Amino acid sequence: MYKEIKGSIPTDSEVILGILNNSESVLKRLYVAYFPMVLQLIINNNGTPDDAKDIYQEAIIILYNKVKAGDFELSSKLKTFLYSVCRRLWLKRLSQMARYGGDIRDFHEYSPVDDEVERQNDMDIQFNKMGAALQLLGEPCKTIMEDFYINNRSMQEICERFGYTNADNAKTQKYKCLQRLKKLFFQQK
Amino acid sequence: MNDSKLLEEIERYLNGEMAPEERKQFELLRKGDTAINNKIAEHEEFAKILKQYGDRLALETRLNAIHDEIDVHTLAEELMIHPSRIVSLWRNHHSKISVAASIAIFAILSTLFITGNLSNQESKYLLLRREVSLLKQKTETLKAAQGIKAPVRATDRFRGTGFAITSNGLIATNYHVVNGADSVYVQNGAGKSFKAKVLYTEPENDIAILKIVDTSFRNLGAIPYTFKKSESELAEAVYTYGYPQDSPVFNEGRVTSAVGLNGDSLDYQISIPINAGDSGSPLIDSKGNIVGVVQGKQTQLEGVHFAVKSSYLINAIQNIPVDSINKKVALNTKNTLGNLNTVQQVKKLKNYVFMVKVYDK
Repeated sequence: MYKEIKGSIPTDSEVILGILNNSESVLKRLYVAYFPMVLQLIINNNGTPDDAKDIYQEAIIILYNKVKAGDFELSSKLKTFLYSVCRRLWLKRLSQMARYGGDIRDFHEYSPVDDEVERQNDMDIQFNKMGAALQLLGEPCKTIMEDFYINNRSMQEICERFGYTNADNAKTQKYKCLQRLKKLFFQQK
Repeated sequence: MNDSKLLEEIERYLNGEMAPEERKQFELLRKGDTAINNKIAEHEEFAKILKQYGDRLALETRLNAIHDEIDVHTLAEELMIHPSRIVSLWRNHHSKISVAASIAIFAILSTLFITGNLSNQESKYLLLRREVSLLKQKTETLKAAQGIKAPVRATDRFRGTGFAITSNGLIATNYHVVNGADSVYVQNGAGKSFKAKVLYTEPENDIAILKIVDTSFRNLGAIPYTFKKSESELAEAVYTYGYPQDSPVFNEGRVTSAVGLNGDSLDYQISIPINAGDSGSPLIDSKGNIVGVVQGKQTQLEGVHFAVKSSYLINAIQNIPVDSINKKVALNTKNTLGNLNTVQQVKKLKNYVFMVKVYDK
């Protein structure tokens, strides 16, 4: 039933080092190496290739954040970890869509990963709220917020970019934007 | 300090941009003022979420770029476990199939309901018939016990078909049609009945020759068909004309075998649908020759029917004892159907094919 996936599969420690060093090539090799396994799981359990993409990327993000946060222990194989997370995520998605027949066709061994998935779920809720708040915020506030808080641009740069005559004006503008963004963020249920 | 200024201070503090002295002072302020402390914590948390949100978007963009390089379609084809055709058909279309099936069931039930077939009439009818025969049995037992011969009203128990073999009223039919007859009537295409008697029978060949004895009977005129002495070829087109119902019925088909049931050389096997009442009908080829006498359906097999070969009929006619007729029967040798098409042939047959009505005791 299970087809061995060919290609240059990075070793587990390679992956961890690669993520810590922001290596693009390792991330790519990791992604390419295990995607077929997840695709196989999803499309043979009532899912589409697009579902597989969503689920797999979420799992990669979970792994990525875990490694970045320094709490990924190689207690089980990385492959098993990814498979287990995807499996858990997919089961959740299936039950949300009321498509879950109570049975899933498995292709690998798996381990319980409920904590990771729950934590990710909480984060996702926060991010969705943030995304919506930023959309509602509108320009130029949105770009100012992104530049300062995400892209770590200095007030000086922002000042030049938006053509503010002095830094104080820019700071006031930034403050107002932030207050609105917080309001929009916390207003959401 | 206004809020905007405070925010700037908080951010400088969180980003570690304060000089050690300034930082110490700020920490003192923080400790002394819970409102400010909460503000700091809240801002720190919010800025963190915003930052993580940004990182997340960036990571997703990277992953999407990687994903776009994968040929997902081919991979999916490879990895899909293909269930058997029927299973996948069911999986993909089970709702449609279910709807179609329910509509079909509904349609059948409503048709049955509307036509009244749902109410089990068939079996009632069967029961009724059984009761009648039961009653009849009882009556006969009673009659036998009392030695009485009760008068029985005559009804035409059997019907068959017969056809003229001479213009003076000799009619050929099946022996099984007239077997056990009390009286026999023949009715022509115009609906006029004539009394007939069974002149001669050959039970082994299932042939009977009747003679019209009714005084109202007039000569039929020259018989239009002739009788084929040789055997017909396989696949020869043939047709019948008989009385399975009150009006004559035409049916056509082919000679499908030169032997009948169980290889019986008496019969042809023909591919003409035969109904009760067709027995004794002429089997005629396209040139207007009588090639057989339809004998009926002898098995439950669909589309397997039999006709007695005309040579046996000719033999039977020759075997009629001369003392029962005035002279030996001379069969017609002048075929007037040969040049006609089937429609015209059938039109001519009307006067020479009779419904045979049999009344038994």
